[in-house]
Amino acid sequence: MDVENLNAMMIDILGEIGNIGSGNAATALAGMLSKRVDMNVPVVKILEFKDVAGVLGGEEELVVGIYLDLNKDISGNIMFILDLESAINLSNMLLNRIDTEEDLDDLAMSALSEVGNILASSYVNALGNLTNLNISISVPSLAIDMAGAILSVPAIQFGYISDRVLLIETIFEEGNNSVRGNLFLLPDMTSFEKILSSLGVL
Amino acid sequence: MKIIKVGMADLNVIKNLGILTTLGLGSCVGIALYDEHNRVAGLAHPMLPSSKEIRNNANKAKFVDTGIELLIEKMIQKGAFRQNLTAKVAGGSQMFSFDKNNNILKIGERNVLATKKKLRELNIQIVSEDTGGNYGRTIELNVEDGSLLVKTIGHGIKVI
Repeated sequence: MDVENLNAMMIDILGEIGNIGSGNAATALAGMLSKRVDMNVPVVKILEFKDVAGVLGGEEELVVGIYLDLNKDISGNIMFILDLESAINLSNMLLNRIDTEEDLDDLAMSALSEVGNILASSYVNALGNLTNLNISISVPSLAIDMAGAILSVPAIQFGYISDRVLLIETIFEEGNNSVRGNLFLLPDMTSFEKILSSLGVL
Repeated sequence: MKIIKVGMADLNVIKNLGILTTLGLGSCVGIALYDEHNRVAGLAHPMLPSSKEIRNNANKAKFVDTGIELLIEKMIQKGAFRQNLTAKVAGGSQMFSFDKNNNILKIGERNVLATKKKLRELNIQIVSEDTGGNYGRTIELNVEDGSLLVKTIGHGIKVI
């Protein structure tokens, strides 16, 4: 099984899985913030490596990335990526701060890591319930840097088995549009087979 | 001035005038080779240390070992001489930190080690490097003088 062998129906199914997982994650985020959270219909993107770094607009764009490994029945990773302004606004909401910090302090970074943790857990729980697969996540790790550098991490993991990257992307927006983030699920190649066969597609 | 972008798992060569650049280099490694005498520069952006560890290894530019070989081949086609080549190396950072020694997450370090090993085998001297750390880099290789500009967010700008 390779990315190239996925047909349109399989891609639709992966998108639907993203939809169910992200829906659960959006609900969790809304609960945490006590605010409305909107999300788009998740998009399944299959990209050449050279195009991965530009997926968030620009390779040099300063972003905050929260990374978690997926383990057990499924391997791969989940990333939640925010632009810096969104990250500051989100941490202010979580910590009930009204300041105009231009940087993220330790407390803010820890709060954002926890958001990543909760989003990933709720995503993966929905995915696990749907497929009856046992999926666990690692502790979150946060980095603030160029988008290209951050995205190189999941891309490299794909590099071991494929010449393209498959990612399921959902865009979240808080009701007042002061926070916008991208959640990426990147299951590795063997995991597609497991997901699809658990649903009776393969 | 001609500016050519070199993306992940890609490489390119330029002669006489222009810049080869990689934006937002993370755990991948940027390998800049230069023939000063013939003014030929090449930049490779491999993602993984070795083509021998992996079954699907058709894409040569994806790996340090085969990437360097292919880059040299292309530089020779553009008029470079193998014995003139010198190297500069950048990147190979560890973007995310975890407690456990995760092989995948230490890939940056492994990419740099593989680069040094391969260049040593080929007798190509590394004249300067800016590797490791936990931050991304944008690099620009200028074919006119072989200088490699390294830009970061929060860790300064330098020419190596």
